[in-house]
Amino acid sequence: MADFLYVFRGGGYQQLSPEQMQKHMQAWGNWIGELSKRGQYKGGDPLEAGGKQVKGKKKTVVDGPFAEAKDLVGGYLLVTADNLDDAAELARGCPILEVDGAVEIRPIRKM
Amino acid sequence: MSPAAPLAGLVDHLFRHEAGRLAAALVRVLGPANLDLAEDVVQETLCHALDVWKMGRVPDNPAAWLRAAARNRALDLLRRQRTRTRLLPEVSRLQDELAPAVDAAFTEDALREEQLRMMFACCDPRLQSPVQVALVLKLLCGFGVGEVAQAFLASPAAIEKRLARGKAALRRARVLADLADPRLARRLEAVLGALYLLFNEGYHGAHPELAVRADLCAEAIRLARLLTENAATAQPRTFALLALMCLHAARLPGRLDARGALVPLEEQDRSAWDRALAAEGAQWLSHAVSEPPTALLLEAAIAAEHCFAPTFAETDWKAIVALYDALYAQTPTPVVALNRAIALAQVQGPERGLAELRGLPGRDRLARYPFYPAALGELHLRAGHAREAAEEFRRAVRLARSPAERSYFQRKLAAAT
Repeated sequence: MADFLYVFRGGGYQQLSPEQMQKHMQAWGNWIGELSKRGQYKGGDPLEAGGKQVKGKKKTVVDGPFAEAKDLVGGYLLVTADNLDDAAELARGCPILEVDGAVEIRPIRKM
Repeated sequence: MSPAAPLAGLVDHLFRHEAGRLAAALVRVLGPANLDLAEDVVQETLCHALDVWKMGRVPDNPAAWLRAAARNRALDLLRRQRTRTRLLPEVSRLQDELAPAVDAAFTEDALREEQLRMMFACCDPRLQSPVQVALVLKLLCGFGVGEVAQAFLASPAAIEKRLARGKAALRRARVLADLADPRLARRLEAVLGALYLLFNEGYHGAHPELAVRADLCAEAIRLARLLTENAATAQPRTFALLALMCLHAARLPGRLDARGALVPLEEQDRSAWDRALAAEGAQWLSHAVSEPPTALLLEAAIAAEHCFAPTFAETDWKAIVALYDALYAQTPTPVVALNRAIALAQVQGPERGLAELRGLPGRDRLARYPFYPAALGELHLRAGHAREAAEEFRRAVRLARSPAERSYFQRKLAAAT
């Protein structure tokens, strides 16, 4: 077993009707609930759209990130899976894919 | 970190119904001229909730959360507007006066009242009924354009056009009319008409999916219940319409089979009928009594006879014939005469029913109505005239207006041949 970070990018629901939004949310609940039931869910949160960045040796603090909507990180999740392929397979059930978003899957390096 | 809780506790259609409530409150705050802005705020609020909740943390009172979020957005908008237009030293004091005014639009009572005002505004008699019903679905029921289009089996573009026409009329009003305004009393008829139309689209409509149709019926009932909660709109005719809709909708679960085909009343599984809804219908019916009885009241009373009959054979057909007699005196349409003749045949036999049907007043106006030949076919069949029955059912198949009707008549035809 190994730990993985899911990074959610993009995906918008401006075009969904209220009923479709509720169904979409239900789909998230079912997906995370399923991970949780199998003991693979380790935590995660949605992220606010804005924030700040500190860059370089000068340690300049700037507002941002201002990525394009499709690249913006909207949240993260920590999961346990057998291996990278298994983690990718699990991510295929993520509802963000239904609204044109993406899940980036990163193995967490063991110390 | 606590494990994510499954998204329990979200009431069915919460987003859809809150969308309608929020839109009504926001139109009060921002004015009908800013209807589009109000709709944008609703959409942003719901998107925001989805962002925050989707990973498993739904607040204890989701509706209150949505209302608070919409209220804050509206207040923000108004404050920014104020700052732009009046850069005066006392601006901060003025801003503080905005909050109570916005809060007032989001109380439970105000939300109810504003939805009713919106309902009356949508049913402006100057708008055609398809426009009225589309507006009701979009603004009060939180349907998306695609969902309105699906309900009417129309193209989204056609619905967009319909909505644009309706919204333009709404925007022209400075404020939505007050429910206490006596001129609005006359508009109750139009509101009830629009709700009945919405209900019928679900009950008799051509949409093949039972779920879509049941949704439309449920929405019409929900809005009619809202009308019963306000003194100005809680009238006997409102109760009569609500009774009729409940008593019809109660039988919806047995009315279509798994493939969406109509099931004749005598073959319906009465145990599938919604008893709670039927009881509610009976309750409203007892409040609906008026002298003279309105057509809606008589129709509701007929529906109640069917709803509470233990079996088809044990139905009180004599009472139903009497109710149809009274209804015909009110609204002498050929369809009422047709239904009366069918009930009469249950009391006095198929030959009597056939005689009635052959001499039906206004039967030339039923030339394209498939249930006229279907009724003739049915009575011929019962009287043992198989050849005539088949001929009539063939005619009904040709006149069918939806796949559900067609397969129903085809089944009848097969039974006759």
